[in-house]
Amino acid sequence: MEPILAPFKMPQPAPYQSKGLLGWLRINFFSSWFNSLITLVLIYIIFNLANFLIHWAFINAVWFGDSAKSCPDINAACWAFVTDRWRLFVYGLYPNELYWRVNIVYALAALTIISFLYSYGRWTKYFRITMIIIFPITAYIFLVGDAFDLKYVAPEEFGGLLLTLVIASIAILGSIPLGLILALGRTSDLKVISKVCTYFIEFWRGVPHIVIIVMFVALLPIFIPDGAGIDVVVRAFIAFAAFNSAYMAEVFRGGLQSIPIGQFEASRAIGMSYWKMMGYIILPQAIRNSIPALMNTCIMIFKETTIVMLIGFSDLLGIIQLSLESSDWIVPPHIFSSAYTFAALIYFIFTFGMSKYSRRLENRSNIEQQ
Amino acid sequence: MSDDTIISFDKVNKWFGDFHVLRDIDVLVAKGERIVICGPSGSGKSTLIRCINRLEAHQKGTIIVDGIELIDDLKNIDSIRSEVGMVFQSFNLFPHMTVKDNLVIGQYLVRRVPKSEAEEIAMTYLERVKISDQADKYPAQLSGGQQQRVAIARSLCMKPKIMLFDEVTSALDPEMVKEVLDVMVDLAQEGMTMLVVTHEMGFARTVADRVIFMDEGQIIEENTPDAFFDNPASERAQNFIGQVLHHL
Repeated sequence: MEPILAPFKMPQPAPYQSKGLLGWLRINFFSSWFNSLITLVLIYIIFNLANFLIHWAFINAVWFGDSAKSCPDINAACWAFVTDRWRLFVYGLYPNELYWRVNIVYALAALTIISFLYSYGRWTKYFRITMIIIFPITAYIFLVGDAFDLKYVAPEEFGGLLLTLVIASIAILGSIPLGLILALGRTSDLKVISKVCTYFIEFWRGVPHIVIIVMFVALLPIFIPDGAGIDVVVRAFIAFAAFNSAYMAEVFRGGLQSIPIGQFEASRAIGMSYWKMMGYIILPQAIRNSIPALMNTCIMIFKETTIVMLIGFSDLLGIIQLSLESSDWIVPPHIFSSAYTFAALIYFIFTFGMSKYSRRLENRSNIEQQ
Repeated sequence: MSDDTIISFDKVNKWFGDFHVLRDIDVLVAKGERIVICGPSGSGKSTLIRCINRLEAHQKGTIIVDGIELIDDLKNIDSIRSEVGMVFQSFNLFPHMTVKDNLVIGQYLVRRVPKSEAEEIAMTYLERVKISDQADKYPAQLSGGQQQRVAIARSLCMKPKIMLFDEVTSALDPEMVKEVLDVMVDLAQEGMTMLVVTHEMGFARTVADRVIFMDEGQIIEENTPDAFFDNPASERAQNFIGQVLHHL
């Protein structure tokens, strides 16, 4: 048979309609008369909503004032509530004259975050390690005091954003290593270790957090007579780290299971010991694969710190609620909406930052794995 | 057992649950010998070579590798593994490291070679498998054939006395098989002790001293490659070669 030869075709430019801003608009918003209708209706709704929001939050809003009387308009935001009480929100019940100590901790926290956001060439690693070691120690010294001539401030006096951040940091930074150990234990070949870790995880995961918090704070002194000696805030911290480590463990276990068996075999065939294999080959990959779920858990932990309100602490949300009940601001309910909008905004800023950061980490590992 | 025996299997048996995967295996491998192991899938050929570096543990019989008997003793397993290199069907490169780091990490962690020296050794072996220009890429950026050559170089960096190849060309696109086999032929000509699980008859004829044919966990036939492929004695081997040839 004679061979049939097809002529070689040179690449051609894409059709005009699919290119440029107009092409993009056409394809995505006006591809048919029905889609065009939906687009127009949505534009109308969005315009009205934005119009209302801008008037409510900016144009008609009251920015300064010292009591509910400053905000007579119920269709406008009352940021006066926030500007009047921001010290309370940010520092809680921390003694007024010692605010500088909190400020130093906030600054150090910002520095630590900055160390993780940018690259500083070959100093990056050392900078990050130094910050991650120095920060918790200095934060503890400055916040609690009782050392280096710093006056002791009981953790009970923390409050507002400070308390929220302290609980969230301890819960997140404590539960990550603990969860990693639990995950390794659960996937261990040694039956006893595996079973112990499994039941530990199942227990903490299966009991409502409120029950755990109340148990730790109210009931622990009854079961363990010495338990009363442990500060009530510290007990809450331990409870948070404990039950969140169970979630972290499952996140890491998912990451570990995503690693193909061949990676283990190749490491062992080279002659690596268990810990070298885990430390250099398996965990770096497993942790990367866990990043989305890990960040999900971190965000959950951050928002869930609000349950300390149940045991009488005033975190950010708690102190906003307390302020709403104070005599200056108690009457009009429309201040509620401003106050809670503010709270939502603060929580959102932090969680959004966390999720942005995790997206960056994911992208970076995608580059390597194409 | 002569002095230059480096691997010996004596009545080795292994079960996966109730499945008797290796049945009374007796094999002696001399230093520098090249052995090709073939057989239908599920015949236990991969399991056999995985017993040599104890990725699989046997339950009965004795395996002696380089004078060390393989028993459940961690120290002795690690010392055997540093003597035995293994290349897998699915490459198993470490995807989070560059090609060069894939070669450095084992030397650095297991053989405790200083990093700069390990990097030099890595580059030498990468040149040997003709891939040194890709040293700073990540494995996912390479083709299958290139990845498999990196995997071979990674094993060689550990200066093994024995190399195990477990169907290393089976996962490759046809046009990449040759570049990997070429590397293995070079290696064979340098006198490396090699156990190769493969169906590449051309490779077997070129380099193998001996072909071992397995079926259902047993060694059915052992012969020189030419004799084995031209005149298989057992009916099972005849059937198997018929099927492999038919495919080619």
